[in-house]
Amino acid sequence: MWNWIQRFSSPKHFYSMSVPLIKWFAIAALVIGLYGLYLGLFVAPTDYKQGDSYRIIFIHVPAAWLAMFIYMVMAVSAGIGIIWRIRLADMVAAASAPIGASFTFLALVTGSLWGKPMWGTYWIWDARLTSMLILLFLYLGYMALQSAIDDQRSADKASGLLAIVGAVNIPIIHYSVEWWNTLHQGASVAKFDAPSIHIDMLIPLLLMAVAFKLFYATMVLVRTRNESLYRDRNRRWVREIVEKL
Amino acid sequence: MGGYAFFVWGSYAVALIVVLGNIVTPIMQRKKVIKRIKRTIKRESIELSRSNQGQ
Amino acid sequence: MLKAFYHLLIRDLRLALRNRHELANPLIFFILVVTLFPLAVMPTPEALQTMAPGVIWVSALLAVLLSLDRIFKQDYEDGSLDQLMLSPNPLVILVLAKVLAHWLLTGLPLVIIAPLLGLFMSLSAEAVEVLVYSLLLGTPVLSLVGAIGVSLTVSVNHGGVLLSLIILPLYIPILIFGANAVDVASSGLPVTGQLLFLSAVLALALSLAPLASSVALRITASR
Repeated sequence: MWNWIQRFSSPKHFYSMSVPLIKWFAIAALVIGLYGLYLGLFVAPTDYKQGDSYRIIFIHVPAAWLAMFIYMVMAVSAGIGIIWRIRLADMVAAASAPIGASFTFLALVTGSLWGKPMWGTYWIWDARLTSMLILLFLYLGYMALQSAIDDQRSADKASGLLAIVGAVNIPIIHYSVEWWNTLHQGASVAKFDAPSIHIDMLIPLLLMAVAFKLFYATMVLVRTRNESLYRDRNRRWVREIVEKL
Repeated sequence: MGGYAFFVWGSYAVALIVVLGNIVTPIMQRKKVIKRIKRTIKRESIELSRSNQGQ
Repeated sequence: MLKAFYHLLIRDLRLALRNRHELANPLIFFILVVTLFPLAVMPTPEALQTMAPGVIWVSALLAVLLSLDRIFKQDYEDGSLDQLMLSPNPLVILVLAKVLAHWLLTGLPLVIIAPLLGLFMSLSAEAVEVLVYSLLLGTPVLSLVGAIGVSLTVSVNHGGVLLSLIILPLYIPILIFGANAVDVASSGLPVTGQLLFLSAVLALALSLAPLASSVALRITASR
């Protein structure tokens, strides 16, 4: 069992195995994403209260879910990398961070674009937006630490540990921000989650969430392939691949 | 879009930019890595042939 | 084990006391930053009162942040950190001793001087009392969590900004509940909930942070 894991998690093996996975994930993301967009933009009915502005949630909510999901993937794979010394896991963590940061940014921008017609200002210290902003800082801290340490191995392990510490902190941060928010804003602020969302709106929302996750799966594989090429640049298998290109 | 066109299409435009950025960056990165490795291979082969001539 | 803890604590305190004015720097910084605010806005008692909890807490946070390097940096540079990591005593205990020394030298003075600043910011007596409690519970967490950050960045040159980038987001819950406790107390409401939250976070940090910090030291400080 252990040998099997070691063999399959070798960057060399991963490099050749990941090609069909990338292809299928990309196709699935494209198909599901386009169908979700079609349903969300053309089929879903106009909301009686928010008008058409609610259509932003088909981007905003999947982006926010994905941003949190990626942080968890990052922390778990960093943990695997530290405990079992699997290099591939370290690479997955490092490859995830920029994607996670970009989707956190997307969630923030769309949240504020949704907020302008709803609240009248682009920014409000709403619990979710604030949590997202803090999540963005956590991502940026991870990436800064990763690039500040010269030695690749200790950079991976140190930033991985930071990801884990951050993951332990996220529930605490989330809870305290939520609590702080209810205290200052009250329940008057409109929230994204309507108590019962219409099924014609829910289906495109879920489809978009799946498409975003598949997109992440594709891109994290592509980035991990780059990482494995770069980190094994002095090994023979990389030399052989590069010479053929 | 019932008066919300700027906000809705703005959001979708930003999403498109983020998605495209996520696709383009690793492709550029890959090119850079491969270029760098190729250069190393070339340099090493030159050094190798020089040291062979020297002997 | 307890002996090692005790000796390391005494050593750190002695080393710091030899360098007295460096010891006073975070404290002076704390007072100075708090003093800046009334100068920047209208210093009416009402305005100051509403700002006071946030201003005092943010200043305390920054003062602790600026002094965090002291926990490991010098020991890393002169090599005594390597000796600590080689010692047969569990590193967690040694880290805890160093963090406790740091808190006694920076956190505790901040707690002691805080009532004076409460006076500057025209806080009521009840609010000042809660301010002291909340700082008493919160500053140890700042030292504990900060120790993780310092251990992660100890080998990085000029890691000061990096340290604040990775540590400040983790300080947010403490800031929220600490400042809010004072805020609520100044309007005369009960603050048990906030203080209990701070105690819970302190217990959590006390049990996990030294562990994370010693793992981090093994990663970054081994040469």
